[in-house]
Amino acid sequence: MSDNLLEINNLNISFTTFAGTVQAVRGVSLDLKKGETLALVGESGSGKSVICRSIMGLLAKNAQIDSGEILFQGDNLLAKSNKDMRHVRGKKISMIFQNPMTSLNPTMTIGYQVSEALLLHEKVRKSAARKRAVELLELVGIPDAGRRLNDYPHQFSGGQRQRIVTAIALACNPEILIADEPTTALDVTIQAQILELLKDLQRKVSTSIIFITHDLGVVANVADRVAVVYGGKIVEIGLVDEIFYHPQHPYTWGLLRSMPTTDTDDEELYAIPGSPPNLLDPPSGDLFAARNPYALTADIHVEPPMFQVSPTHWAATWLLDPRSPKVALPPAIAARHQYFQERRKNAAQQPILSGGVR
Amino acid sequence: MEHVNELLRVEGLKQVFQSGSKAVRAVDDISFSVFRGETFGLVGESGCGKSTTGRTIIQLYKPTHGQIYFEGTNLASLRGKKRWQQFRRDVQMIYQDPYGSLNPRIKIREIIAEGIDVHKLAKSAKDRELQVAGLLETVGLNPEHADRYPHELSGGQRQRIGIARALAVQPKLIICDEPISALDVSIQAQIVNLLKKLQRENQLTYLFIAHDLSMVKYISDRIAVMYHGKIVELGQAKELYRYPLHPYTESLLSSIPYPDPDYEKQRTRLVYRQQPQTQEGRLHEVVPGHHVYCTPSEIPLYQAKYENILTVSNTSAPSFAYAFN
Repeated sequence: MSDNLLEINNLNISFTTFAGTVQAVRGVSLDLKKGETLALVGESGSGKSVICRSIMGLLAKNAQIDSGEILFQGDNLLAKSNKDMRHVRGKKISMIFQNPMTSLNPTMTIGYQVSEALLLHEKVRKSAARKRAVELLELVGIPDAGRRLNDYPHQFSGGQRQRIVTAIALACNPEILIADEPTTALDVTIQAQILELLKDLQRKVSTSIIFITHDLGVVANVADRVAVVYGGKIVEIGLVDEIFYHPQHPYTWGLLRSMPTTDTDDEELYAIPGSPPNLLDPPSGDLFAARNPYALTADIHVEPPMFQVSPTHWAATWLLDPRSPKVALPPAIAARHQYFQERRKNAAQQPILSGGVR
Repeated sequence: MEHVNELLRVEGLKQVFQSGSKAVRAVDDISFSVFRGETFGLVGESGCGKSTTGRTIIQLYKPTHGQIYFEGTNLASLRGKKRWQQFRRDVQMIYQDPYGSLNPRIKIREIIAEGIDVHKLAKSAKDRELQVAGLLETVGLNPEHADRYPHELSGGQRQRIGIARALAVQPKLIICDEPISALDVSIQAQIVNLLKKLQRENQLTYLFIAHDLSMVKYISDRIAVMYHGKIVELGQAKELYRYPLHPYTESLLSSIPYPDPDYEKQRTRLVYRQQPQTQEGRLHEVVPGHHVYCTPSEIPLYQAKYENILTVSNTSAPSFAYAFN
C-alpha cells in the first residue's frame, strides 16, 4: 500500500436527466496524502462537488458511477454497501457544506447536533458525549460553549454556525475532512477566521483536507496541492507554488488573470470568454477549446492527455506537446513564471531555505 | 452644500428596526453624496447596514430619521403618483441573488418588458419587442433568450437579465446590491466589465454594495466603509486602499486573500476590536477628500498616521501582492 490515504482512479460519473445523460465526471484520478490539504478549483458545474459527494457516497439517485474506484486506506468505497458506508461517513470521512444556514437542523439544539455523531459512532454515554461536544465547540472557538449547548442554530451568527458545522465534522476525529466551499457565504473577516481555524485544527489533529472553492485567494492561503477542474476533468494538478507561479493550462491562466487584486488599475478586467461547457453532449476534443484563445487545431479534434511538467505537476494541454508551436504568455502569467524561475534559483543557492523566499 | 453634479444626497439617515422589545439600529446616522456618473462603493461585513441603506434609498423602507435628496428633491416631500413613478423609473436596483430575484413563472421577455409596460415606454407591440431584443443584446445575450424561462439560464446569464431589466426604463441611478457575490470568479469579471461598459455608454451612476473588497476597489471611484451602521471611512477608492486610516478598514483589507501563496504565507491579519465610545464621534475630513469617523481630538492622530504611511510607502519596496500587476 502506498502512502496515499485516498486514491481515486479513473472515476466516471454520469447523471440521467430528462434531457439526456450528463457526463459530470470524466476520468478523474486523484490522490490525497496524510495531513495535506488538496484544493479542488473550478467553476460551478465543473464537477468538483460531484467528485466529493461520490467519496462520501452521497450522490443523488439519478447518478451512476460508470467506472473507476475510490480507495480509502486500500478499501474500495464504491464497492461498500450502504450499511458499511455508514461507518465511514461522519467517522472516517466527514464533510462541511457550503451553506451553514441550511446544514444545521433548526429544530434541534446544537448540543444534540454535535454529540449526535459521537453517540452514533462511538460507544459513549450521553453525558460523555455532551462533555466532548463542549470541548469541540471550544476547539472551534465558540465562546462560553458549555452554556450554549441548549441554544438553537438561529441564535448564532453565520460565522459561528459554520464553526458549529466544523465541530460536528470533527467530532469523530475523521481521517479526511471534505470542505465544500465552506467560506463562500461568509464575509472576508469571518472567512479569514474559518481558514485559520481549519489550518490550526489540521496542525493539532493532522486531518487531511479536501477543500473545494472557486476563490483562488483562499486556495493560495490553505492548499498544499491544487487540482484545477474543468468540464468534469482535472486539467491541471500540482503543488500550490507550481499552480500559482508556473501554471501551464490556459484555463488556469484565465482563472488567475480574472482575479482582481486590489492594485489592479482601471484597464479592462480579464474575463474568460463564453460560458462553461454543456456536459449533456460534450463535443469531441478539448472542452475548453471554444473559450481558449490559445487553442490549437489539435485541441478541436483530440482531447489532450496529461503532460508531466515536474514530478508533482501535470497539465492537460497540447501546448506542452513538443510538436506544438511556442506561444507568447499573457504578461501577468509571464511575470508569474519569471518569479518561479527566480525563486527556484534562490532556493538552489540556499538549500536550507526551501519554501518561502524571505 | 448644494453641488451641481450631485445626484443623490443622504443626510443623517437612521434606520431602526424593532425586534421584539429591542431596537436594532441597522443604519445609524450616516451622510454621503453620490455624484453623477460615478460609482460609489459601500462595503462592510454582513449586518453592517449596507443593504439597508440601499433599500432605504430606493424607498423599500421608510427612513426612521434623516433625509434623502434625489436630484435636489427631498423624497419626504415628494407628492403625487406621477412624481413617484418618475423617481421609481430613475432609480433601479440589481439584486444579489440571480435565482431569487426573477419570477420563475414568466418568460424573460415579460420580465424585461414589465418596466417598459408600467412606464408606457413602448409605442407599439413591435417597438416593445425591439426594445427587449436590444436590451438582451446590450447585456450580451441573444434575442432568442426572450422566449426562455429563468430556470433555463445559468447564474451569470440570469444576472445579465437582472441588469437588462434595470436598464429597460433608462434609469439615472442603479443600486447594485452585491450583484456578483453569487457568481463564479470567471463570470464575476464578465459582469463587472459589462457594468463598466454600460456606465460609459449610458452615463449611469452606480451605488455598488458589496463585501468583496477587491472587486469594489476595481469598480468604484469612491468608497465608504460601513461598520455597525456607521460609515467609518470614506474616500477615493485608490486612496482608501493605499492609505487606510481607520483600524476597521485596515482589518478588512488585511483579511483579503490574494492568489499568491508566498504573500499568503506572510500576510498577517489585523483584528479590529471595537473601541468603547466615550465621546460622540462623527465623520471628519482628515485629509482632503478622505473622511474618517473619529472624535475631534483624534483628527491630528489620523493625520500623523497618514503622513507616516505616505513616507513608508514611498521608501519600502512593494509587497508580493503587487508584483504581478
